[in-house]
Amino acid sequence: MRSALGSAVVVLVLLVVWEGLHLAVSNSGLPSPVATLVRLGVLLGDADFWRQAGETGRAFAAAVVLSTFAGIGLGILLGMNRTTGAVAQPILVNLYALPKVTLYPVVLLIFGLGISARIAFGIMHGMIPLTLFTMNAILNMKPVYRRSAAVMGLTPWQSSFYVVLPAILPEVITGARLGVSLCLLGVLIGEMFAARNGLGFVVMQAMERGDMPSVLAVALLLAVLALVVNAALLALDRAWRR
Amino acid sequence: MSVSPAEVAVVPDTAMPHARLVGVTRVFSRRGKGEDIHALGPIDLDLKRGEFFSVVGPSGCGKSTLLDVLAGLATPTSGTAEFEGRPIAGVPAGVGAVFQEDASFPWLSVTDNVAFGLRRAGVDPAEIARRVDYAIGFMGLRGFADAYPAQLSGGMRQRVCIARTLVMQPRLILLDEPFGALDAQTRLLMGDELLRMWRETGATVLLITHALDEAAMLADRVGVMSARPGVFIDIVATGWDAERDSRIVSHPRFGDLTGHLWERLRVESLKHLREG
Amino acid sequence: MTREGWIRLLVIAAAVAALELACRLGWVPVTVVIPPSAMAASLVDILASGKHWADIVISLRSVAIAAVLSIGLGFLVGAVIHAWPLVRGAVEPLLASYYAVPTFMFYPVFIILFGVGPAAIVAIAVLLAIVSMISATLVGLDRIPLVLRKTARMMHMGPASRALLIGLPAALPHLFTGVKLAVAYAFIGVIASEFILSGAGMGYAIAYAYNNFDNREMYGLMLLIILVVTVVNTGLDAVDRRLQARLRR
Repeated sequence: MRSALGSAVVVLVLLVVWEGLHLAVSNSGLPSPVATLVRLGVLLGDADFWRQAGETGRAFAAAVVLSTFAGIGLGILLGMNRTTGAVAQPILVNLYALPKVTLYPVVLLIFGLGISARIAFGIMHGMIPLTLFTMNAILNMKPVYRRSAAVMGLTPWQSSFYVVLPAILPEVITGARLGVSLCLLGVLIGEMFAARNGLGFVVMQAMERGDMPSVLAVALLLAVLALVVNAALLALDRAWRR
Repeated sequence: MSVSPAEVAVVPDTAMPHARLVGVTRVFSRRGKGEDIHALGPIDLDLKRGEFFSVVGPSGCGKSTLLDVLAGLATPTSGTAEFEGRPIAGVPAGVGAVFQEDASFPWLSVTDNVAFGLRRAGVDPAEIARRVDYAIGFMGLRGFADAYPAQLSGGMRQRVCIARTLVMQPRLILLDEPFGALDAQTRLLMGDELLRMWRETGATVLLITHALDEAAMLADRVGVMSARPGVFIDIVATGWDAERDSRIVSHPRFGDLTGHLWERLRVESLKHLREG
Repeated sequence: MTREGWIRLLVIAAAVAALELACRLGWVPVTVVIPPSAMAASLVDILASGKHWADIVISLRSVAIAAVLSIGLGFLVGAVIHAWPLVRGAVEPLLASYYAVPTFMFYPVFIILFGVGPAAIVAIAVLLAIVSMISATLVGLDRIPLVLRKTARMMHMGPASRALLIGLPAALPHLFTGVKLAVAYAFIGVIASEFILSGAGMGYAIAYAYNNFDNREMYGLMLLIILVVTVVNTGLDAVDRRLQARLRR
């Protein structure tokens, strides 16, 4: 509770800094927090904005669902064997560190300009951390868990479901937290480059018009949304670890 | 060449205790919560110059706090602590310590680890080389002088820490469960090393341990502490001669001794177990 | 090289060979992906012609500046927060969620603050990279074993030499993990900003080639970025693993 209060103070400080920057460079057009919030209110009352948000939401949801299943599945597959894990680990880490934007044209060439390209790009971002965390959770699981399960006479299926799964779940949730955030990033980058709809497209259009309040309003909305979703997953993470 | 404390500044007064605790207590105040924790004492203790004193007690009885007070790492809440006749304020010169946790510096080789304190103290390089070489040989680290701690076993790393303390030629050596993390056989052998070191240096040794056999085998006197707040409920003289080694575990009196210690400690340990 | 290393090389070689075969047999149209051999040839042409040297220099310079700034500032901020528990309690929950914020959307703000050009891109990359360094600094300072501090005090060391001779080397393996991540994020931030938003650099060159349907050039540039990033990351990873080995006790 005290940390929530502290975080609120930090947010307040950030707002004050923003207002200060606005006053310092006001002639060059950095909108104030209030102006941004007012514009956000206008946007939220606009049916077209909601249509664009819906586009982003659909791509995001599809990317999250698909990357979660694919990421965990691949992580389990690679983590079952020590050799496959050791072979895959550096490749995955390198893929994670790669600026994946550069590969976006390939995705566009394969999937075309529609929503599926953005979904695929979201998956490319979100799947890797999930795979990595799941794989490492299985590889690093205390061997005594499996041995205890075997001694208690559990079948391999039972031990997977009642022992392995609960043991790796906290790590998987951590991976999912990263994955969900990166999915959103992937989808938004996809929309900012070569798309005709979605919130990323709205921002790019506003940038071209020089409509700073709209840019900041959407950016702020997405930032807050991302923080809230992440905080919720973080709380889930902590609750499970306890 | 020996690492004996030949350069002792003050002429030893054999009548005066080497280190003395009078009415020492230690109370931790818990921030935010009203109640304070009375961790230790009151403790009265005289360490004779050159004796091997061992402290046993249940977990959490304040053994380590007692050591911290002697090392100058913690100040007593009340009472006085003295080393060589002077009150202890900060870490006194001439006191060395080895802790239970591995305190070797992982970024330095064995030689650099052992030489670290001497270099800090600005000792002449030739003298450093001489003392480090001796300590490395004495602790059986000869083949590992250029190795790094990560390449060594837990027992070897603890030898590095002991060697690092020895080269400083301390007159009082404090040992806080230095073998707690080692297996039982290694512990017995390390005990032999300790006795050899103690005889060679003539230093006063205070060893904190939870192993009764270790205390009974190594010490001239064993202090038994109560559950928290720890006070001495018994101090037992072992009566071994100075040339002892780990083979005394088969001495008929050894069983009586550990039996006696356990009798005193059992009740206190139960208290700890129940109160957790 | 280890057995796993050989297998890994074999897996990658097999994947490249499979792609080459698929392209050559026409299973994958050249309008989508060109064969790896053609990518390599294109990369050689790009480097030999010197056509993109200016872009390469701009990008690498931005990455280097962004990495150095985020590592230095990140360490400083981390050290200050660590020394100040009250601030830490307030900031840490935000740090854990920070990377979820789509940083690129704030690009126009940096244009207003720093003008059009590399400075705004460096700022975005720093914004992206600095947090991993801050977090790594906090972890590193937390993990300095208490017993080492005690040992330093037994050796009569003052606060300054304790921090420099004991604290820093003890925290170094954790700090280096932050360095590794900061460099990776600096690359991502710079290349991605150039790709979406800028008019110069390797990221922009790829976007430009894509928009002009110049697949050969595009794939050559992609291969270049992948190679550069892989070499840098592998190098940092090797150092990282050496430092981590020290901690294995």
